[in-house]
Amino acid sequence: MSAAPAPVSAPAALALGDDALVLSHRLGEWAGHAPVLEEEVALANIALDLLGQARVLLSLVGDEDELAYLREERAFRNLQLVEQPNGDFAHTIARQLYFSTYQMLLYGQLAAGDGPFAPLAAKAVKEVAYHQDHAEHWTVRLGDGTDESHERMQRGCDALWRFTGEMFQPVEGVDVDWQAMAAAWHESITSVLERATLTVPEGPQRGAWAAGAGRQGLHTEPFGRMLAEMQHLHRSHPGATW
Amino acid sequence: MTNTDWPLWEVFVRSRRGLSHTHAGSLHAPDAEMALRNARDLYTRRSEGVSLWVVPSSAITASSPDEKDPFFEPAADKPYRHPTFYEIPEGVRHL
Repeated sequence: MSAAPAPVSAPAALALGDDALVLSHRLGEWAGHAPVLEEEVALANIALDLLGQARVLLSLVGDEDELAYLREERAFRNLQLVEQPNGDFAHTIARQLYFSTYQMLLYGQLAAGDGPFAPLAAKAVKEVAYHQDHAEHWTVRLGDGTDESHERMQRGCDALWRFTGEMFQPVEGVDVDWQAMAAAWHESITSVLERATLTVPEGPQRGAWAAGAGRQGLHTEPFGRMLAEMQHLHRSHPGATW
Repeated sequence: MTNTDWPLWEVFVRSRRGLSHTHAGSLHAPDAEMALRNARDLYTRRSEGVSLWVVPSSAITASSPDEKDPFFEPAADKPYRHPTFYEIPEGVRHL
């Protein structure tokens, strides 16, 4: 958490940090509920990686605890994708697949550049590579598994598709080629879904009602409940230390 | 989980500066690839530069405890059978 010498764009750190924080919380909800013990550990591992990324990013903007626990829903800048409820295991895997592929491309570009996020991205990209590998494996296993797992995996991919367009909306202060990223993302997802005998969803990649969406502080209904749970303790005992 | 077979795997880890793989424990996984991934999470915490082996438990043949005596018991009264009188040079230790 050393202070970065190059100036960091606050909106950028907030957007990337909130993505990691919110998804980490969602994955934390799996604790004790994963399909098998080994998977339990894998999901917790990914959640911890993301929480670590969130801590670094939020600390660049201000006090990490205050930012995590005292902001209202409208002040969060995470993608709507990451705030979506876990659903069944396939649904969670679809969310992981979409997001980790995006994060891999994003951090890959950031790590290769010389911007203020380069050192952080260079560290995170190793973690994210594992997240992507994990998600791709499960996508193939479930998609190419039983009839039921195939159907559930397809359902997860379809249901979350409309939240994917938002990922490639430029974020102020993040200097990457968003269009190239969107193309690379599409290509990567297509190849994984093909291997998994799944169909690439065809619908629009964003809902009409979601213009701007999470990055502008507009969130979906389940997010409020998630935040209430996440922030409850801190708000009940303001100023407490732990 | 209930419909699939998740057999037991034994995990051997060689740490970054370790010389040999050591048995670290076991886990359940549907196949070798998944066993490797699970082993990474459970036994290595992803430290760089380690090597992992996973082996289906069913592939391991163990010596039987009943045959311990004839199998392992050295002839203690024949010290010439034990190569303990030699001084091993420092550089040879890891050969």
